[in-house]
Amino acid sequence: MNVLVKDPIDWIDVGAITDIPSRGARRVPTPTGDVAIFRTGDGKVFALKDACPHKGGPLSQGIVHGHAVTCPLHAWSIDLATGEPMGADRGKGCTPVVPLEVREGRLFLGRI
Amino acid sequence: MAQDLDRDGAGRRLPLARLIGETLMAKERLIVVGNGMAGCRAVQDVLKRDPDRYEITIFGAEPRVNYDRIMLSPVLAGEKTFADIVINDEAWYRDNAITLHAGRAVQVIDREARVVRAEGGLEVGYDRLILATGSDPIRLPLPGGDLKGVVTFRDLDDVEAMVAASAQTGARAVVIGGGLLGIEAAYGLVRRGMAATVVHLVDVLMERQLDASAGFLLADALATKGVATELGAVSEEIVGVNGQVTGLKLKDGRTLPCDLLVMAVGIRPNTNLAKAAGLEIGRGLIVDDQMRTSDPRISAVGECVEHRGQCYGLVAPIWEMCKALAAGLTDTAGDYAGSVLSTRLKVSGVDVFSAGKFAGGDGCEDIVFRDAGRGVYKRVVIEDGKVAGAVLFGDAADGAWYFDLMRRNTPVAEIRETLIFGQSVTEGLRGLDPSAAVAALADSAEVCGCNGVCKGAITGAIVEQGLKTLESVRAVTKASASCGSCTPLVEKLLILTLGDGFQAQTGPKPVCGCTHHGHTEARRRIVAEGLKSMPAVMQALEWTTPDGCASCRPALNYYLICAWPGDYQDDKQSRFINERVHANIQKDGTYSVVPRMWGGMTSSDELRAIADVVDKFKIPSVKVTGGQRIDLLGVQKDDLPAVWADLNAAGMVSGHAYAKGLRTVKTCVGTDWCRFGTQDSTGLGVRLEKFMWGSWTPAKVKLGVSGCPRNCAEATCKDIGVICVDSGYEIHVGGAAGLHIQGTELLTKVATEEEAIWTICAVTQAYREQGWYLERIYKWMARVGLDSIRAQVEDPAARRALHDRFAYSQRFSRVDPWAERVAGRHTEEFNPLSRRMEFATA
Ligand code: SRM
Ligand SMILES: Cc1cc2nc3c(=O)[nH]c(=O)nc-3n(C[C@H](O)[C@H](O)[C@H](O)COP(=O)(O)OP(=O)(O)OC[C@H]3O[C@@H](n4cnc5c(N)ncnc54)[C@H](O)[C@@H]3O)c2cc1C
Ligand code: SF4
Ligand code: FES
Repeated sequence: MNVLVKDPIDWIDVGAITDIPSRGARRVPTPTGDVAIFRTGDGKVFALKDACPHKGGPLSQGIVHGHAVTCPLHAWSIDLATGEPMGADRGKGCTPVVPLEVREGRLFLGRI
Repeated sequence: MAQDLDRDGAGRRLPLARLIGETLMAKERLIVVGNGMAGCRAVQDVLKRDPDRYEITIFGAEPRVNYDRIMLSPVLAGEKTFADIVINDEAWYRDNAITLHAGRAVQVIDREARVVRAEGGLEVGYDRLILATGSDPIRLPLPGGDLKGVVTFRDLDDVEAMVAASAQTGARAVVIGGGLLGIEAAYGLVRRGMAATVVHLVDVLMERQLDASAGFLLADALATKGVATELGAVSEEIVGVNGQVTGLKLKDGRTLPCDLLVMAVGIRPNTNLAKAAGLEIGRGLIVDDQMRTSDPRISAVGECVEHRGQCYGLVAPIWEMCKALAAGLTDTAGDYAGSVLSTRLKVSGVDVFSAGKFAGGDGCEDIVFRDAGRGVYKRVVIEDGKVAGAVLFGDAADGAWYFDLMRRNTPVAEIRETLIFGQSVTEGLRGLDPSAAVAALADSAEVCGCNGVCKGAITGAIVEQGLKTLESVRAVTKASASCGSCTPLVEKLLILTLGDGFQAQTGPKPVCGCTHHGHTEARRRIVAEGLKSMPAVMQALEWTTPDGCASCRPALNYYLICAWPGDYQDDKQSRFINERVHANIQKDGTYSVVPRMWGGMTSSDELRAIADVVDKFKIPSVKVTGGQRIDLLGVQKDDLPAVWADLNAAGMVSGHAYAKGLRTVKTCVGTDWCRFGTQDSTGLGVRLEKFMWGSWTPAKVKLGVSGCPRNCAEATCKDIGVICVDSGYEIHVGGAAGLHIQGTELLTKVATEEEAIWTICAVTQAYREQGWYLERIYKWMARVGLDSIRAQVEDPAARRALHDRFAYSQRFSRVDPWAERVAGRHTEEFNPLSRRMEFATA
């Protein structure tokens, strides 16, 4: 797994969990590209850089199932917890995980 | 200087009784604040270890003896009385020489003087103090929160208030909060004769304990018990008349009428007293592994504490805390190291259990079992070869067993195959080679429980009828034809009986790895069993994953839309991005926009509006497509709604260039202009497109209408093509010109334009109802045969029925998705969640 930053200097409130549709995702623009925040069917949230390890497809636009997302461009499935491709594409690169914290229903993204 | 014996730490004179106690028996004074679950259990544990050590005084804010709080739910439901749930009656206090001050809350702790002061001015000194003040129910800060009839669910007074409200005939209740407490409250109120609705912010009930599949089953089971649920509903305001609650207003504008409103949205550790005394507080009252607070004379247990950063809201951890505390108070060893939790719902006839990492996650593997017949859903999560969590619905008998495996970290690799079937099956088979176990079964042993088929009947049929496949055994004996859970057993019987003659690969190809059912079977059962939601299908067809995958979800979503037009609520999250945002995603994450140009016709107004949009939004490419319309490529996602608004204003709607649905109807100029034209091909194409647009189909559908057999609209390589001739209309089907080049076949010939439209709609509907998801018409045709399709559209009654079903479903489909988005539907899809990161990071 490839965590973007170990110790964020700052946590930024980017919205409420309920702003993200269940089994869906929203994106948060940052100066270094979009971050995708996913909410799974069981209410967990995950944050990844919004770029597929294959050809940079926007993962926030994929179908969320279990704790994975299927990229909209060429259908790689990415593990939300690690950013790693699953199944046959395992080991072919990895999308960075972005630090995310939930505090009382609010989402906080870590800033480097 | 030694302390005077008749003085306390602050130099105050001690009462005589205390003095005698201390000098004669040297008993230490133990005070417990809180006469609840934790406080009394701590005392019991201390007494068990050393009955004579302390002189014990308990203060309780509630005016009653110690009772089992978790049993308030059955009391509310009328299944138990207060007397049934008393844990320690008055005799217990008396026999153990405990002084109980019931109905007297402690107001101040004077740590310096080592005394507590209670309501009414009563002061008592201590050597050791235990705080067990529990927690307070959270009250949402909604307007109207102080109206009469707004209650929480924590103690007997609350229960009595609820029971009183239910006495009024026709009274209605709304419960905010779909957690354990809220559900038990609503169930109890229904048992008391009220109509009750649970309003829950999240779209899964008990989402902290249940996954979406179990949550769905729970909502369903509650409905059969009379408890209604409003999921994903945001409460906005409590409304009332004359100071009495009359309803709950939701953010979506609806008001749910009610005479009683229960808030069951969570608890907060009750630390007021400790805080005022200057003890260290985090989220709760902070304690160490011996349950000591920052003052060594003061300990704390129960829901009021925070231990290793964790606060608890269940009794199991409290029992463990009390043990550690009692050990410390009696000078024996014992630490509290935190608890692993499990939950069970107390609603009669609804079996729910959850523990640990029930929702899986990083590096976890799921084993899912569903038995639709019994309404059972089980999910066991395995991590590093051990049970990491479980959620059970409908049959929670093995909950304790899984919980035990989990807490003991028992390796389960060896019992993995049978683990999901529970303890008795697993232990029954332990050590036995599965084949030997099957061989050892008696002929009369039942193999298939659903259909009552015994082993002898199966092996008999295999031998006598020469069966070689699982499918044929299913067809002949019905064994494993229903829930499928005995499939492995039936396969073993085939192997045992046939040896190498067994053909393993059987039956139609499953929809995907989440199920053993094929598309046809899934479609048939959706209709036959009236399954109207995705979780309902997954449960009935015993999906082996909790919420499907990117292959089966879009397929099921389509099958449901097709089966229940107007009824089924489209699941956006099960659609490929293009169908979710009504535009085609491009390789750089931008989108293309293709407005409809009916039958390829356009006008100067439309072209001008398109040109204006291109300029206004700086759209980089404009292209004429192979489908006779215009493609605007490279539009930014955020701009989509604004682009559509402008196109809508000029009368244009979405061209569905992204859809598994009707795409283009390509036409030629026909009799309007062409010297060879035999019929109005352009007009027919426009009529077809205006009637059929917006329809969802298994894969894309393209039409072509040519005015004569010269076929300038390339109708014979379209899914459905029309070739106009002097005597009428030839209808062709099954063409394609993409990955496969395939000419159409002639389906039928009709005399009038009306009949042509009827026939085309009927074929389309037959395809909609029979096609497998992603199967284009030519593949469907190859599978079912041209003759079968022809038979359906040439029989007038069948054709009419198909046409009418198509027309009915079109009533709900011809809605421009662009206009809906422009009007504000699903804006979250287009707007970023937040822009704060951009500005925060300089
Ligand atoms: C724009 C267009 C090419 C063009 O510049 O002309 C086009 C563009 C795409 N085609 Fe096409 N096809 C276009 C006409 C065609 C045609 C010609 C026709 O319709 O007369 C064909 C062959 C006829 C047929 O469908 O059999 C065609 C056969 C395909 C196929 C192969 C389908 C098959 O079953 O074999 C695909 C792939 C797929 O759908 O899976 C495809 C997929 C695509 C996609 C949607 C690829 C994708 O998934 O992103 C392209 C989208 C680009 C975009 O954003 O607009 N496109 N595509 C044409 C749009 C027509 C329209 O107005 O809606
Ligand atoms: C309806 C209901 C159903 C539940 N079902 C379950 C279940 O199925 N399983 C499960 O594990 N848990 C369940 N729980 C939770 C469980 O009841 C609690 O975890 C448990 O009661 C906590 O024990 P406690 O002693 O910390 O707090 P409490 O039992 O609340 O005891 C605290 C006591 O302290 C008193 N007090 C507070 N301040 C003062 C003061 N200053 N002076 C004197 N007294 C004071 C309070 O009046 C209260 O009586 C349920 C709870 C409720 C309300
Ligand atoms: S032919 Fe291939 S590259 Fe060209 S538009 Fe169609 S799918 Fe895209
Ligand atoms: S870019 Fe994601 S699969 Fe190709």
